[in-house]
Amino acid sequence: MNDALPPGLAPLDSIEQVDQGLSAAGYIANRQISTAIYMAHHLQKPILVEGPAGVGKTELAKSVASWMKLPLIRMQCYEGLDESKALYEWKYGKQLLYTQILKDKIGSVIGDSDNLSTSLTKLHAFGDIFFSKQFLEPRPLLRALEEPAGAVLLIDEIDKSDQEFEAFLLEILSDFQVTIPEIGTVGAIVPPIVLLTSNSTRDLGDALKRRCLHLHIGFPDEKLEARIIASRVPGIDERLLRQLVSFVQQLRALDLKKVPSVSETIDWAKVLVLLHTSVLSVDLVRDTLNVLLKFEADIEAAGKQIAGLTHKARADAGVPA
Amino acid sequence: MSATTASASEPLRRFLQVARGAGLRVSAAEGIDAARAVQLIGFADRTILKDSLGLILAKTPEEKAAYDEAFELYFKRDDLGAADEAEAPAGGANNQVVAGEGQGDGQGQGLGRLLEQDDRAALATEMEKAARESCIENIRFFTQKNLYARRILDKMGLRQVERDMEALRQSGTPEGLGRAQFLEGRLDQLRDSVRDFVERNLILFARGETEKFREELLKSARLSNLERRDLDRMRVLVRQMAKKLAARFAKTRRRRLRGQLDIRRTMRRNMGWGGIPFITVWKQKRIEKPRVMVLCDVSGSVAPMSQFLLMFLYALNEALSDIRAFAFAGSLIEVSDILESQPVEQAITKIMETIGFGSSNFGNSFADFEEGWMKDVTNKTTIIILGDARGNRTDPRTDIVARMSERSKRIIWLNPEYKSAWGTGDSDMYRYAPFCNMVTVCNTLRHLERAIADILEDAA
Repeated sequence: MNDALPPGLAPLDSIEQVDQGLSAAGYIANRQISTAIYMAHHLQKPILVEGPAGVGKTELAKSVASWMKLPLIRMQCYEGLDESKALYEWKYGKQLLYTQILKDKIGSVIGDSDNLSTSLTKLHAFGDIFFSKQFLEPRPLLRALEEPAGAVLLIDEIDKSDQEFEAFLLEILSDFQVTIPEIGTVGAIVPPIVLLTSNSTRDLGDALKRRCLHLHIGFPDEKLEARIIASRVPGIDERLLRQLVSFVQQLRALDLKKVPSVSETIDWAKVLVLLHTSVLSVDLVRDTLNVLLKFEADIEAAGKQIAGLTHKARADAGVPA
Repeated sequence: MSATTASASEPLRRFLQVARGAGLRVSAAEGIDAARAVQLIGFADRTILKDSLGLILAKTPEEKAAYDEAFELYFKRDDLGAADEAEAPAGGANNQVVAGEGQGDGQGQGLGRLLEQDDRAALATEMEKAARESCIENIRFFTQKNLYARRILDKMGLRQVERDMEALRQSGTPEGLGRAQFLEGRLDQLRDSVRDFVERNLILFARGETEKFREELLKSARLSNLERRDLDRMRVLVRQMAKKLAARFAKTRRRRLRGQLDIRRTMRRNMGWGGIPFITVWKQKRIEKPRVMVLCDVSGSVAPMSQFLLMFLYALNEALSDIRAFAFAGSLIEVSDILESQPVEQAITKIMETIGFGSSNFGNSFADFEEGWMKDVTNKTTIIILGDARGNRTDPRTDIVARMSERSKRIIWLNPEYKSAWGTGDSDMYRYAPFCNMVTVCNTLRHLERAIADILEDAA
């Protein structure tokens, strides 16, 4: 059956393959994530990815695209986003320019017709040229449908858009088609893999949720996080890796305004590698804590406990005191 | 494509029911998706099954937790059943055939023998089977426990065993009596385990249902009849409802009127191009959040209602641009400050202490309002009056309400009394009604939600 699929989609036979494919693209997924991608492909349903900021929601879409060698089409949502920016727009300027240019030619089109009705008939013969595909500016959603080999469509931060826009997405999400009044219904050539991400700043509608698979990505556990860092920061010392992961995991247990997420751990790991660190020390952690924590109050709160946390992290990694 | 039309297999169907029982809202469409997923991956690998169904069925963190629990409960049970069933046919195949044909008799003998042999595994299988036949998944309330236990026992052939025991006792031989006694003991054990089994199923199938049922009940219960212990739950419900409404109406919205060109602004925008309209500007309609003044009767009979109205409105504050609250009984005071500085529950107690529980005098209170605050009423203000319109035969001062009606955008009167009581005794409802844009009965949470949704809707 794989022969029927475009080449990019071939390696989706089992959940393990998804796992391997994603990790080849540099994304270490847990089983839920791979299962979600697998199901999304086979059931042809979009995935709604929720979770705290920085756990790799957007990254997942990028990795799926690079693994499957499909174009990634990204649409960032914001308040006031409407269909002219998401779906299509008429190239109004172009239409206007063309009419201006053609104004002089109107005589040759109408020719020698002497009354209004015949000249109108002649004009009609040209059809709706000004409302054809040439004058259509496809926006992300339409582009995703028109990709000949399929695409990965990332609708980022859907919770930032208005409720009306959410309702507008329903047609695309359930049938992979959109309706353009002047042209008709445009269906997907190959149904794209759709990922929607949300930080839950507002509750999404039930209708939208019902059409999606719902994937919640939380903070990874120690083992997974270590694998993620190892893949993202190649060449990191094994021992340092264990220390910093243990430290971050402990940090997450504290009562902070914004706990560090995976992207911050990666940044921190890069910083530590740059500094040629092999063993965490209290001073070093204090100096680089602003990479992990983004609020003054958090840095202050965690600052008091650095010594204890560092000690524990070193013990976890088996570093002699 | 067979994948889409495939009916949910039996275990899946029952699991969906369990999931609904646990409070997940599983629609038919999701059921179909679940069936397709199961077809894709099969039942073999439980962890993958759990992940896949979880993706489809659970849509919030709370639902995820409920789902995990339901899944464990259900499939753990199912595993036992399946294992038993797999073993049973080897020894019990004949037995089951006989049971199928001979109805009670055959089953009765089967049960008697199983009891005597103390074959736990086979008994458990029988119990599962009987439970399935008596549709245990429809159990909803704890009061049905005995009913279902009885049904299951009957299906397992209890009658016959009892008859056999009676016969054994009648026989009078010591051996017979001994056997009867033995059976009696085993039967008691069986009864216990059946009751246990039913209880577990009740938890499995009905937990969410019972909660939902209670909530439904509370939503349509008269607020004045509520018991104290329900108040906490009511507060949660009020907040939920308010949140829902607020999400719907929270933004000051501009609605673009399609196809109506705003010529003035288009010209302005395109001046740079010599007036050739490259960029079009369309007319917009601005939708404003309502300003609300709410006058609450806090005299004895209406007080509980007022409490909930205030709670509701203050939970809604993101959908309202400005809200001012007044409380009255014999006279009227503004309570916005109290409500803003304290959590609603405490504020309400304080208000009640200050002014509540007197006998109401509507005329007097309206006069107070006119004197102190009428000047703040604008043509954008919605005035909500909550009261039973029973002024104890004092002057209703409808003239003031008439003036309020002229100045304000509209007046909405919420009356906790049923319509049949309006205008009876000292009720002045029909005297006020002509000056109100809307008069409506409002004595349950449902009514309240509807009335407030109307207010917000109208503003849109």
